[in-house]
Amino acid sequence: MKHLLSTRDLDRDTAIGILDVAEDMADVARRAVPKLPTLQGRTVANLFFEDSTRTRLSFEAAAKRLSADVITLSAKGSSVQKGESLKDTAQTVAAMGVDAVVIRHDASGAARTLADGGWIDAAIVNAGDGTHEHPTQGLLDAYTMRKARHGDASRGKDLDGLQVTIVGDILHSRVARSNLWLLTTLGAEVTLVAPATLLPTGAATWPATVRHDLDEALAQNPDVVMMLRIQSERMNAAFFPNEREYAREWGLDDARFGRLRPDTMVMHPGPMMRGLEISAGAADSARSLVLDQVTNGVSIRMAVLYLVLAGGAA
Amino acid sequence: MTARPVLQQADITRALTRIAHEILESNHGSSDLVLLGIPTRGVLLAERIAGILERLEPGTGRVGALDVTMYRDDLRSQPTRSPQPTRIPEGGIDGKTVVLVDDVLYSGRTIRAALDALSAHGRPRAVRLAVLVDRGHRELPIRADFVGKNLPTSVAERINVRLLETDGEDAVEIAGGAE
Repeated sequence: MKHLLSTRDLDRDTAIGILDVAEDMADVARRAVPKLPTLQGRTVANLFFEDSTRTRLSFEAAAKRLSADVITLSAKGSSVQKGESLKDTAQTVAAMGVDAVVIRHDASGAARTLADGGWIDAAIVNAGDGTHEHPTQGLLDAYTMRKARHGDASRGKDLDGLQVTIVGDILHSRVARSNLWLLTTLGAEVTLVAPATLLPTGAATWPATVRHDLDEALAQNPDVVMMLRIQSERMNAAFFPNEREYAREWGLDDARFGRLRPDTMVMHPGPMMRGLEISAGAADSARSLVLDQVTNGVSIRMAVLYLVLAGGAA
Repeated sequence: MTARPVLQQADITRALTRIAHEILESNHGSSDLVLLGIPTRGVLLAERIAGILERLEPGTGRVGALDVTMYRDDLRSQPTRSPQPTRIPEGGIDGKTVVLVDDVLYSGRTIRAALDALSAHGRPRAVRLAVLVDRGHRELPIRADFVGKNLPTSVAERINVRLLETDGEDAVEIAGGAE
C-alpha cells in the first residue's frame, strides 16, 4: 500500500488486512513495553491545516509507538497563515526528508493532490480532506464494530449483515462517507438519517437507505447507531430552524436511547456536542463505544503507518 | 526445478522427539520451561515438541508464539509482511528458560529479531534455540542449541519445510541450486 487516500478504493481483502494488522498493534499496547522498533529512522510529518485534537494526537502516538520521528505542523502559527500554498508547504517538508505525510486539509481532494502532484515522494495518509473522506476514522469505526461483535475471534472477519444507522450532518461529514464506502465493502447495511437539508444531492445514488425520521429508523432495531456532530464551522446558511428543534427531531436523547435494544452499539466520532446530537446519558452509558473508538484509533493508525512505510520495492 | 526430499514424516517425528529429550536433559527437567515458536511453521513445531514434553513429563509443555515481523531489519527491502499474533503463555517469561523454535536456521537474522522481540515481553533466565533444519550461511554470531538436521546447502538452493497442519504432509526438501 503506497498511500491511504480514501476507503472507497479499498477492496474487501485489503480492508480486512488493515483491520487484522491493527489487531496485532492493539496487542502491543497491552504489553509491558508498548513500543516497536519497526519504523526506526523514518520520519512522519503531520500536516494539519485544520483543527484537530484526537486525530492529530492519535497519529502522533501511533508513529511514536512504532519508533518513527514525528514533526507536526498546525496551520495556526505557521507560514500557511501568511499565504503559503499547499505545494510550497509540501516541497518544504519534502526538502527536509520525510517518509510519510499525514495531512488534514479543509479542501476536499487535498490528500489526492499531494499524492499525485509529484511535489513530494512520500507516502500520503489522508487524515480528513474537506467533506470528502476520513479513511482512518472509517477503519477505526469498522474495527470497533468488528471487535464488539466478534471479540478476540475478529481476525479475518468482515461485517456481514450488520445494520448501521448513521445520523446527523451527512452533508458535511467525511466520516459518514468513509464509513459508508468501507462498511458497504465489508458487507454491512448502512442507513443514513438526516433532515433533507443536511443530505448531499447525490445521496440517493449511494449504496444506503436514506431516511428523514429518526424514530422510524431506530424502530428498525439497528445494531449500531452512529451520531455525527453538527459541523457549524462549515455551515454558511440555516440548515435547520434552531438547535432545540434539531435535538428534538434528530438527537439521540435519553428517551430514544432507552428504546434501543440493550446490545445496540452507540458510536460518535467526536468531538461530541452533548445535549445537541447526543445526550450525556447515551454518551456515558455502557453501550457507548466512544472511548473504544479513540483507543482503537491508535491501533488503526499504527497499522496504516506500518503498511504504507514498511514495504520496500515490492 | 527439481526438489530433492531430505526428511520424511518419520524423520521429522524422530528429530522432534530427540530435541524434546535434549531440552529436558539440558534444562535438568521441565521446570520453568517455555517454548515459543516463530510463525508460521515454528509455532507448529513448538506445539509438537510441547506435546512430546507433555507425554514425557506431564504438566509441562507451556507453549506460545512469538512474532518477529515488527523487529526485522529487512522490512524496507522486502514486500510488506503481515504480522502474526504473539501468544505468551500464562505466567510470562520472566525468570524462565525460553526455547525459541523455528523451522530453518539460515542467516540468523530472524533469531536476532526474535531476541529483540523477546525483551519487550520480559527477562528470561536463559534463551535457547531449537530448529528443525540448520542450513548454514550464518550472517550473525548465532547458533542453535538443538538441531533436528544439519543440511549443508548452497545459497542458491531453497529449503522447503512442509507440515501436515499447513501443507497437508510432513516433508523437508531441497529445491533449486546446481543446474
